[in-house]
Amino acid sequence: MNLTLIVQLGVIGLTFFMLINASAILVLAERKIMGFMQQRYGPYLVGPHGMLQPFADIIKLLMKEELRPKGADKWLFTLAPILSITAAFAAFAAVPWGAETTLFGLLDEPVKLGVADINVGILVVFAITSMGVYGIVLAGWASNSKYSLFGGLRASAQMISYELSYATSLAAVILLAGSLSLREVVDGQSGVWLGFIPSWYVFLQPVGFIIYMIAGVAETNRAPFDFPEAEQELVAGYNTEYSSVRFAMFPQAEYINMTTMAAVATDVYLGGWHGPFLPPEYGWIWFLLKVGAILFAYIWLRWTVPRYRYDQLMRFGWKWLFPASVINLVVTAALVLYFDA
Amino acid sequence: MPETLVFYAFSGLAIGASALVIGQRNPMYSVMMLIASFGALAGLYVQLDAPFVAVAQIIIYAGAIMVLFLFVVMLLNAPKEDGAEWDRSHPLRQPAVVRFGGLLALLLVVQLGWALLSARGLGGPVGAIGDAETVASVRVLGRVLFTEYVFAFEATSILILVAMVGAVVLARREGEGS
Repeated sequence: MNLTLIVQLGVIGLTFFMLINASAILVLAERKIMGFMQQRYGPYLVGPHGMLQPFADIIKLLMKEELRPKGADKWLFTLAPILSITAAFAAFAAVPWGAETTLFGLLDEPVKLGVADINVGILVVFAITSMGVYGIVLAGWASNSKYSLFGGLRASAQMISYELSYATSLAAVILLAGSLSLREVVDGQSGVWLGFIPSWYVFLQPVGFIIYMIAGVAETNRAPFDFPEAEQELVAGYNTEYSSVRFAMFPQAEYINMTTMAAVATDVYLGGWHGPFLPPEYGWIWFLLKVGAILFAYIWLRWTVPRYRYDQLMRFGWKWLFPASVINLVVTAALVLYFDA
Repeated sequence: MPETLVFYAFSGLAIGASALVIGQRNPMYSVMMLIASFGALAGLYVQLDAPFVAVAQIIIYAGAIMVLFLFVVMLLNAPKEDGAEWDRSHPLRQPAVVRFGGLLALLLVVQLGWALLSARGLGGPVGAIGDAETVASVRVLGRVLFTEYVFAFEATSILILVAMVGAVVLARREGEGS
């Protein structure tokens, strides 16, 4: 085995490790930020300032008894959480998170930071995230419980509705970049305009960015669009009947999906690893900072905005968000044609 | 030859899953098997150097259409087929219908045989005959779609539109709305 291959495998392992940790960090961040916003401390007992709380959470979940309702479908009940989390992990495989590195000149040829460099990367992320809905729908159906079933039905309806706006807003950026490869989209955003504005697509696509973020929140079933698990109506929605490790996989998949969504937003709209002050080899620091900022906004949103009503969600998705994204796409296409031709 | 192994793995998965789609009594399992079959087909497309087709296969078939299938199966709460009873009065078991079905099956077999026989002279993957660039590049694919095949493309989209309008008209109850 040559050194480049080993480093490449190391990068893949590191990505996986970071994703697992992302969910733990996000659980803690969510509880801490929620506490801050509600003027309390949040978890404080485990470790200094409650920093080790995720470990306590995980150990608790692992120790719980694993239950399966008698009327549940044995195979699909087990398959659903596995599908959810597999899709969540796999979607990140096409997301690059840094420029090339030679490990301080140790390697002959540079290694790209990211799992796989696919020339249709954006579509791969989109395709695999859309697989994640099966986990939720199947969990809802296989549990043989009306709350779960309603959660699953809502999830599928919501995700189908918002996938359209999500994909259409991304299509506008694809037109600008002229490439479906996420790495090429990021490289199209290097440099500055007028000497001080970083040439990120968010400045060319402000409407698209907003649509992407809203649809992204809805796609990951986060508040204010968390209908599949609306506590007041559905107990816990699609994961009502789950416990122990099987239950833990659902929130973990949700947090990893959030991370993927934020990472794609960073790559596509916020210039990825491009940023001032740092040399390109350390661009991943910028990437992490940007992803962190988007994730903070996600959590902020959750504890600020109350949940919509279901009909409002559908009306907003189909009558406002989707037309807006189509208009955005048409205008972008016309402008690209005008300036390129 | 790892590529050959991967090819046989995907082909086996596709065939096995497709057989299980009709072999299942539980409609939910049939849907899942169909998704697995589509996933295996996408893997085969990747092997043919057509990543865009593969991803489109997953987004459109495995992602969008199968979610609707699942939705319908869940909403109708379709029961498991009961293997025991043989209902002679079922409309699909009328002799005329059975004969028509048999004719269709025969046609399918003949078509398959014809396709296999006529493909024997190719001696290589279809992508190698000059279409490889078209299939691999999204840019070229789009250009071809909107120039060479524009009639088929537009005709298909109008057909889909007609089907959509038809579904809306059928689903709409009389006297509802204005």
